[in-house]
Amino acid sequence: MDFVADFVGIVFGGLAAGTVLFIVSVGLSVTMGLMGFVNLAHGAFAMFGGYVIVLGMNRAHLGFAWALALGFVATAALSVVLERALYRRLYRAGELDQVLFTIGLVLIFIAGTILVIGPESQTLQLPVELGGQINLGFMHYRTYSIFLIVVGFVIALGIWLAFERTRIGAQIRATVDNRRMAESLGINVDRLFTITFAFGSGMAAIGGGLGAEFLGLNPQYPLIYLVYFLIVVSAGGLGSVLGVYCASLLLGLLDFVLKLYLPQGGTIFIYALTILLLLWRPQGLFGRKET
Amino acid sequence: MSQARLETQALSRRFGALTAVEDIDFRLETGARHALIGPNGAGKTTFVNLLTGVLRPTGGRVLLGGRDITARAQAERVKLGIARTFQINRLFRGLSALENVCIAVAERVGAAPSMVYPAGWRTDVIDEAMQILAMLRLADAAGRRVSELAYGRQRLIELAIAIGLKPEVLLLDEPAAGVPSAESHIILDALQRLPEHIAVLIIEHDMDVVFRFATRVTVMVGGAIFAEGTPREIEANPQVRAVYLGQAARRAAHA
Amino acid sequence: MSAVAPVAPPTDATSRIDHPAARALMRRHRIRWWEPLPWLAAGASYFAFPEYLGFGTELLIVILFALSLDLALGYAGIVTLGHAAFFGGGAYAVGMLAFYGVWTEPITGLVLAAAAAGVIGLLSGLVLLRTSGLTLLMLTICTMALLEQAANMGRTYTGGFDGLPGLPIAPVFGVFEFNPLYSTTQFLYTLGVLFVCFVFVRTLIYSPFGQSLTGIRENLLRMHAIGSPVRRRLVICYTISAAIAGVAGGLWAQTNAFVNLSALDLDRAATVLIVLILGGYGRLYGAFIGAVVYLTLEHFLAQIYPTAWQLGLGILLVLIALFARNGILGLGEALWRRYGAEGSTP
Repeated sequence: MDFVADFVGIVFGGLAAGTVLFIVSVGLSVTMGLMGFVNLAHGAFAMFGGYVIVLGMNRAHLGFAWALALGFVATAALSVVLERALYRRLYRAGELDQVLFTIGLVLIFIAGTILVIGPESQTLQLPVELGGQINLGFMHYRTYSIFLIVVGFVIALGIWLAFERTRIGAQIRATVDNRRMAESLGINVDRLFTITFAFGSGMAAIGGGLGAEFLGLNPQYPLIYLVYFLIVVSAGGLGSVLGVYCASLLLGLLDFVLKLYLPQGGTIFIYALTILLLLWRPQGLFGRKET
Repeated sequence: MSQARLETQALSRRFGALTAVEDIDFRLETGARHALIGPNGAGKTTFVNLLTGVLRPTGGRVLLGGRDITARAQAERVKLGIARTFQINRLFRGLSALENVCIAVAERVGAAPSMVYPAGWRTDVIDEAMQILAMLRLADAAGRRVSELAYGRQRLIELAIAIGLKPEVLLLDEPAAGVPSAESHIILDALQRLPEHIAVLIIEHDMDVVFRFATRVTVMVGGAIFAEGTPREIEANPQVRAVYLGQAARRAAHA
Repeated sequence: MSAVAPVAPPTDATSRIDHPAARALMRRHRIRWWEPLPWLAAGASYFAFPEYLGFGTELLIVILFALSLDLALGYAGIVTLGHAAFFGGGAYAVGMLAFYGVWTEPITGLVLAAAAAGVIGLLSGLVLLRTSGLTLLMLTICTMALLEQAANMGRTYTGGFDGLPGLPIAPVFGVFEFNPLYSTTQFLYTLGVLFVCFVFVRTLIYSPFGQSLTGIRENLLRMHAIGSPVRRRLVICYTISAAIAGVAGGLWAQTNAFVNLSALDLDRAATVLIVLILGGYGRLYGAFIGAVVYLTLEHFLAQIYPTAWQLGLGILLVLIALFARNGILGLGEALWRRYGAEGSTP
């Protein structure tokens, strides 16, 4: 009985962590698949949004849902401004320039956060309903973790449905598949980029806020987790919601398990697996093969 | 019948359900001046890709000087003497015209892997590259950056690089493509001065170039050879006219 | 029409090797008048800034590291954020051999460092250089992170995060000892190694091999189309680049008498990339200028006001990416072309 509870506990813990990773990274996957832009600054948007959410709750005493909404909107708005003013100029630039630009952006965000808020970590005060434990029948488990897993699944399903069933989703899929063809069909690719980028950044904000407990929330956040975001995106396959969802959950589980049993240097297996996967399938699990 | 320089037997290439090139028997003689024409999508570039080894055929063989090279990779075929140019320039844009050709020549003579002496010591390479540029009337542009040259001259650099490989077979994919009409005579001029022994196949849409350059014409439609003959024969062929040539080309041929 | 010679004799008499363009190519590798200057400056600093020799040694090591990256990035076009894997490989090779008393001779130690890093470079290059773009970038990051974690896991041997302190390094040539307080020997030793490596890299750049690397960087498809064994060239270049990075790492371990995980981390890899871009990649001396500017600024600003330094660096990177992608040397070239080269054809 104990063993089952332990096992389930580990699985849920890993899934919760993976879900957070997914919520943050799904925007990155879509924008990288859509725009072909290496955005290493994605974590900075997650951090920004996370701060808005957490500070909104802690200092402005906003309700949980309101704080999330504010975080989404504020980050999306910021991303639109940056996209129009700066990102746009580098769409045709080489990979190197994009890497440099986004690293620079990350440093600005980090320094800005330290200067404005301070270097301390922020903690999320969970609303009462989400605190404590929930009774699953055969065991009790942290409500918040279950909440995260469920929310993550709903978001994944929602985004996937939006891709498959809505017009804009079809436009995005078409542009990811063949940009020139999409343009010649009259799809306003520029507007699509902006909308997708805004949505992706907004989602990152939600992930940053929701995951403040799992991943922490401090000014170094964008750099600490950069490699993980990139791993789930490239391993899952650029532009694939299913891909980034699976990769995130897998990574979350692996990381959780490794931290338990091999706390020092266990992540070596994650890197080794990623390398093997990318060598076997450079386009990721569900990515499109480059013709 | 003498051995063809380059030959294909029943060459085919499928992409899933689409047959891009079907059952082609083609001969390119030594010293040939051969043109391949046909409507867009007829499979001409695919055919050249099969000849150069960029694509593998799904059926048939490619023979060079009687030898089966179907299994050989692109780099090997270059070493065996097949060179090509591209429809859209693939040049080293940031380098000078001379350097562009030098890189090709150096690769051919086997100088390229050397690490311990300066490239400038290979005067044989530089000399040959200059000769090629001179032959194409590009000597004055030798030191200029390729990106600064007029497009027509850039097309010639593309040709110079191919010549630098000392090929026996030269496959030119629309050498006049994109060249403004004011400059197109320099392309034709260059084509007419290519060394005699090289077997040359050009894909072209510019009928002016085809009629002035080619001694043999092959028409390709829908992935298969539709007709073959001298330019006059092809031009007079009513079926070809119906499918492809049209009035404008006939006027150009009689000009 | 003869089979070999062109039909009409060349109309301009200045064809063949007499042509200015040909002569320029033949002379391209000649040493320009200003090339000895950086070395003279380095030598002069030895006497002029005796208190800063520690900083100077660090500067020279960064120059060497950036130079190695320039081979891979600037000349072969391989975008990598994982070059610290080789720096760390060399550092740990030297460090562990010295710490466990197996080998303490410095110069041969560097040879071993180069060999160790070169092997890592060869193996990873063979495997990674089949890919390109984002996938390649990811793989370089993951390889480096893998090595970092491996070093962490083997902490009983590597010292883990705290590293291996107090490395015993034998005197150079048996005579010149590394003094931890006065970096005179370290500086001159590093300068000597840098010079040797630089001569090697410079020769490589101007060789036919270097020219073919430029071709690969400028137009990969064209190189394939002229029958160039592209992947082989890239792997060789990557391996050499890794070996030199390994020498830099070995120097770092020797002159600091210390090695730890920071030799392998993303921060180090990102910093060397920034240094190279700042100076100008693909330009041989970009590494020098970038290192001098970056380290000097960092030395003075980062200590006083670290957050402002980070902010400034971020802004600088954004500006470089948008307006000055070829770094300081690139800006210099552009200015020269616009204002300096009067009378040449526009």
